[in-house]
Amino acid sequence: MEVARIENVTRIFKTGDVETQALRGVNLIIEKGEFTALVGPSGSGKTTLLQLIGCLDQPTSGRVFINGKDVSKLNRNQRADMRRGTIGFIFQFFALIPTLTAYENVEMPLLLNGKSSAERRQRVMSLLESVGLADRAHHRPDQLSGGEQQRVAIARALAPNPTLILADEPTANLDTANGQQIMETMTRLNLETGVTFVFATHDPRVIKFARRVVTLRDGMVVEDSAGVLVGEGG
Amino acid sequence: MIQLLKMAFRNLGRNRRRSFFSALALAMGLALLLLLASFVEGEMGSVIDLTTRLESGHLQVRAKTYDENKTSLKWQDLLENPAQIAAQIASLEPVQVATPRLFASGIVSVGSETSGVRVIGIDPLSDANAPFRDGLLSGEFLTPEDREGILIGYPLAERMGLKAGDKLNLSVNTSNGDVDEQMFIVRGIYSTKTGGFDRITVFLPLAKAQAITQTDNHASTIFILLKDKALTEAVAAAIAGANYQVLTWEDMNELILQTEQMANGYIYILYLIVLAITASVIINTLVMAVFERTREIGILASLGMKGRQIMAMFLTESGLLAVGGIIMGLIIGVLVVAYFTRYGFYIGNMGVTGLLISDTIYTELTWQDTVNLTVLSFIITLLAGLYPAMMAARMDPVQALRGGR
Repeated sequence: MEVARIENVTRIFKTGDVETQALRGVNLIIEKGEFTALVGPSGSGKTTLLQLIGCLDQPTSGRVFINGKDVSKLNRNQRADMRRGTIGFIFQFFALIPTLTAYENVEMPLLLNGKSSAERRQRVMSLLESVGLADRAHHRPDQLSGGEQQRVAIARALAPNPTLILADEPTANLDTANGQQIMETMTRLNLETGVTFVFATHDPRVIKFARRVVTLRDGMVVEDSAGVLVGEGG
Repeated sequence: MIQLLKMAFRNLGRNRRRSFFSALALAMGLALLLLLASFVEGEMGSVIDLTTRLESGHLQVRAKTYDENKTSLKWQDLLENPAQIAAQIASLEPVQVATPRLFASGIVSVGSETSGVRVIGIDPLSDANAPFRDGLLSGEFLTPEDREGILIGYPLAERMGLKAGDKLNLSVNTSNGDVDEQMFIVRGIYSTKTGGFDRITVFLPLAKAQAITQTDNHASTIFILLKDKALTEAVAAAIAGANYQVLTWEDMNELILQTEQMANGYIYILYLIVLAITASVIINTLVMAVFERTREIGILASLGMKGRQIMAMFLTESGLLAVGGIIMGLIIGVLVVAYFTRYGFYIGNMGVTGLLISDTIYTELTWQDTVNLTVLSFIITLLAGLYPAMMAARMDPVQALRGGR
């Protein structure tokens, strides 16, 4: 079952008179339950592709389908609705709200989804337990290590029970041991929950965890370990 | 909603000093507004109260042809047998006091010093003279039988170098157009703390004033004070008669009422200036907060938070800032106003012609002003928070996640 389908997508950024073509006709299909790495050098378009799949951005041309729905032309509010509950994000920087505790950070997407207080409590504690941080629930981000913060971010991404989790260089700011632990946690949760993970990285130690590797270069998919090379630059 | 409040409260707590000083700016603004409002209320209240007690009363009864500006002393312009009319009016239940008064123009001279004065003949026993009797600084108050005594104000005494017991010459216009001059003994020196009144007003017992002005058993007016000002129109209607005119305090103090209206207009401009300054501080604080939290706004957007929810979060912050500032402002404002209500605000002799202004203004804060200014401050702060909140709500999530760059 397709979770995401990218059809001939281009993305051009304009800064003044200068145009930068970040993606040049990308085609890609992500199936349910995949654990896929988007790899490539800096500037290859990994983050832009993740943002398009995550409905944070819109393609200049081409179409993006999430769970079979065309999200290319949705307005801001419709894209926000699509993100909420369907897509979880893990960022390179430990993207927690600094004024909220670990518990409250994980609870935030559930609040936005209108879950009851009892549901929230049960879900948050079970998620914090699954990332090994139940005892740190009431600590604020500045009281947690980088690895712990990223595990809270994973728990938060999983909170609304999304079909797809997008991670942008999730281990880039962590040491080897913590990076390893994060990847192990993500792998385990992928297997346990069946949620699809797509993560961007250029770290070989991270790439080895992926079951599928999609390589981008200069805004094009140049290699796909799934065996089907779908993008030839449009 | 509780979560939103909690987040907003904690967000304000991130930079406690900045939030505190922003709230303090609002607090000082509100305190200043309360002080301004109470000052104007106190001043105008005092002017009306003073003018009523010293000059106009709540009501005056005069002869139909009496012209106040000419201080006419012709018999046909005066009330005949005024004591009887005053007694009839005083018998009405709402009337606190009714007493005859005679007005004349005169000149006081001591040696080479002269000063133009307004002579008022009063019934020394009447309660209407309380402001002068209570304000006696030296000497004694007049008695009905006194034929030599005169009561003068402190500024006049000071200017002419007079003290109680000293002699002065008083020249007064008479009913037939002549001028009569007599020597008087300064029986007492009074002060109502109203320079404009005290400097030009001298008192004689009514009988003596009638004698010197040759007005026999006549008076210029019946000065009436009521137990309740609100009954003015009712009493005016009750005592209206064909042979005389009845004037209410509003008829006699048009200038004051117009000045009050004008002052209220000006004060609103001042309110807006103070609130505009306060609003700019609040805008600055929240715009800085939006810039500092750009990436966080991106995170919230990535979680599916909509623009209006992000806007609500920032508006809640400005709302909390407003509540904190207003509570502080009310405490500071009420304390400062309470001080000036008790001890007054010395402004000296303003010397405004046509207005009796006391040398000390006692602030008077009304519930209406307090509620209006509090609500106005709250609304202005929320409006000030609107721009930064909209800025945050309109932020592009991708740009925001990059930290706005």
